[in-house]
Amino acid sequence: MKRVTLALTLALAAGLTTQAADAQTLKTVKDRGMLSCGVSQGLPGFSSPDDKGNWTGIDVDICRAIAATIFNDPTKVKFVPTSAKDRFTALQSGEIDVLSRNTTWTISRDTSLGANFTGVTYYDGQGFLVKKSLKVNSALELNSASVCVQTGTTTEQNLADYFKANNMKYEVIAFGTNDETVKAYEAGRCDVFTTDQSGLYANRLKLANPGDHMVLPEIISKEPLGPMVRHGDDQWFDIVKWTLFAMVTAEELGVTSKNVDEKAKIENPELKRVLGNDGNFGEQLGLTKDWVIRIVKAVGNYGEVFDRNVGAGSPLGIARGLNNLWNKGGLQYAPPIR
Amino acid sequence: MSTEARQPPAQIALKIRRILGGKAGWNGIAVQFVFAAILGWIGYEIVSNARANLENQHIAAGFGFLRNNAGFDVNQTLISYTGSDTFLRVFVVGLLNTVVVSVVGIVFATLIGFIVALCRLSPNWLLSRIGELYVEVIRNLPLLFQILFWYLAVLAALPNPRQSISLFGLAFVSNRGLVVPRPVGESGFEAFLAVLGFGIVAALALRYHARRALFQRGHMIRIWPYVLGLLIGLPLVTMLVFGLPVTFELPQLKGFNFAGGSRIIPEFVALTLALSTYTAAFIAEIVRAGILSVHSGQMEAGASLGLSRGTTLRLIVVPQAMRVIVPPLTNQYLNLTKNSSLAVAIGYPDLVSVFAGTSLSQTGQAIEIIAMTMGVYLLISLLTSAAMSIYGWRISRSLGA
Repeated sequence: MKRVTLALTLALAAGLTTQAADAQTLKTVKDRGMLSCGVSQGLPGFSSPDDKGNWTGIDVDICRAIAATIFNDPTKVKFVPTSAKDRFTALQSGEIDVLSRNTTWTISRDTSLGANFTGVTYYDGQGFLVKKSLKVNSALELNSASVCVQTGTTTEQNLADYFKANNMKYEVIAFGTNDETVKAYEAGRCDVFTTDQSGLYANRLKLANPGDHMVLPEIISKEPLGPMVRHGDDQWFDIVKWTLFAMVTAEELGVTSKNVDEKAKIENPELKRVLGNDGNFGEQLGLTKDWVIRIVKAVGNYGEVFDRNVGAGSPLGIARGLNNLWNKGGLQYAPPIR
Repeated sequence: MSTEARQPPAQIALKIRRILGGKAGWNGIAVQFVFAAILGWIGYEIVSNARANLENQHIAAGFGFLRNNAGFDVNQTLISYTGSDTFLRVFVVGLLNTVVVSVVGIVFATLIGFIVALCRLSPNWLLSRIGELYVEVIRNLPLLFQILFWYLAVLAALPNPRQSISLFGLAFVSNRGLVVPRPVGESGFEAFLAVLGFGIVAALALRYHARRALFQRGHMIRIWPYVLGLLIGLPLVTMLVFGLPVTFELPQLKGFNFAGGSRIIPEFVALTLALSTYTAAFIAEIVRAGILSVHSGQMEAGASLGLSRGTTLRLIVVPQAMRVIVPPLTNQYLNLTKNSSLAVAIGYPDLVSVFAGTSLSQTGQAIEIIAMTMGVYLLISLLTSAAMSIYGWRISRSLGA
């Protein structure tokens, strides 16, 4: 039902507005006093609400960082849970200002949806979760298996490609939401549950006996996950893009939520530029000089966010791997702030 | 000298004026044309403006995507389909899945509904209480909840394929669904079908003849031995001549699942069960209301003719009740069709799931896809209600009303 409403909103918005693209996102957000941020319906580590309705996760922290850099208050975010199917329509129709929802960056999504990816918050890849009792050790032994998958994801297409390429038969059962998919897997409707590997670890925690299930070693796809904004508002695109870069840069420079005030006093040319004591980069973005300080104080640097939500400091315990900094063997790299 | 009554002159212009303009006359027609033109212009503006805006925002528009490769698979297809087929084919696959679950659901809902209604009206205390309990429980629980109940409860109770319940080694029940032997046509298949078809037609003709004889001349003709011969004897003879028309491919456990045989997926079973039992509760009430609307004197008249209760119901009461039953029954059929879109909750690949769901998020073309999907539901519903209108009209005519 929500999808129909969204589609109608989009149709009306497209049909009745005369101005092509809304190039005023920052102003709109400031006037509203609140950032509207599209997140998932509940994926531990990325975006999920606790029993009091507080959202946590990497994707959530991106939203909070954007809110912090605009309002100096990370709580000024309205989280809008979106399903895999509704997410792009919600962004297109203007219901949300930014989509921060474990969404894979692909060329078709970048070019045909009227939206842009601003960067990669998490480098992921698709994997398979199976019951240990099946005694399967490799995805190549999955011929004729039944596979549960969430509909409306790149996962569904990767799955078709992988089984076709390896000349294996399978049966796909596609569900609307993540929870329904996991429930059907647990009920034994399928042998395999597939999604991004981080999601497999997160979902395994939801199962009755996580120890009875294992993630197979194969990674069958590249899934760079990142936030999206609407086409046609370059200023807003820059703000969201550089919010992530600021977090990565802070980690590179060893600036954390705890030492940010001391670091701001140090006479180091790079630190002075990044933390707003030299130059006016924040103002050029349409923000304030202390934009990076606001972000780091609110959510911490990229490493802190990773550890707290999915890394060593979380129940998921995922290793940094590809998501380590470029100079530590990973892929996270930010262009210089100068 | 006789003069024929002169026909009044044909007043075509006046007729048009009356039909189009009502009491307002030619002015009314003009106003209506202007109004229609304005509506058309607004519609055109909205569509062209939307196209321009979507283009400016670089959101792909138009129906060209239907020719692109879908690249994902579907687990129940009535026509052949692979991941390398187009989105148009996905649309047809989803549409057929929706239609098949609706049709099967409607048939079962009608059967269960009539049975429950007759139970409720039965003089037997126990039967009528059971009927009442059924209606009150089923119609007061949300449908989505019932679908999930059938799906998760039934699935949880079934074993996995390796421990599946075997029915005489021919069919297997597991949490992957019901696997049955698949008929494979042999050389005698066409001849067998032709003979069977002939048998059915001939039997129907015999029945028609017997009814005419009964109603017009009062002759009772015994036709059942001939019908039996036509429907069973003739095909048997053909089989002896041409050999077996079909052989059966038996399902066998290979790896994780069964290979060979045909499979009915549990999603289909759960959805059909939930839809038909749920709708049946409403149909039962409609049928009960319809039967109660027939004057009780009709029942008594039947009894005084010496007809049994069942015969009276079948021949006298139900035909009269149908006039009251059909319009609200149509509503229930339409509801069932539309409710089938809840399928996405349990992974049944209906139109909403594979087209308005998966295809939408693969292509991002929400406006086109939602419009097509809504158009399809509108079309299915209009067709259903047209068929029911024709049926209702025939009943009214045969009752001479």
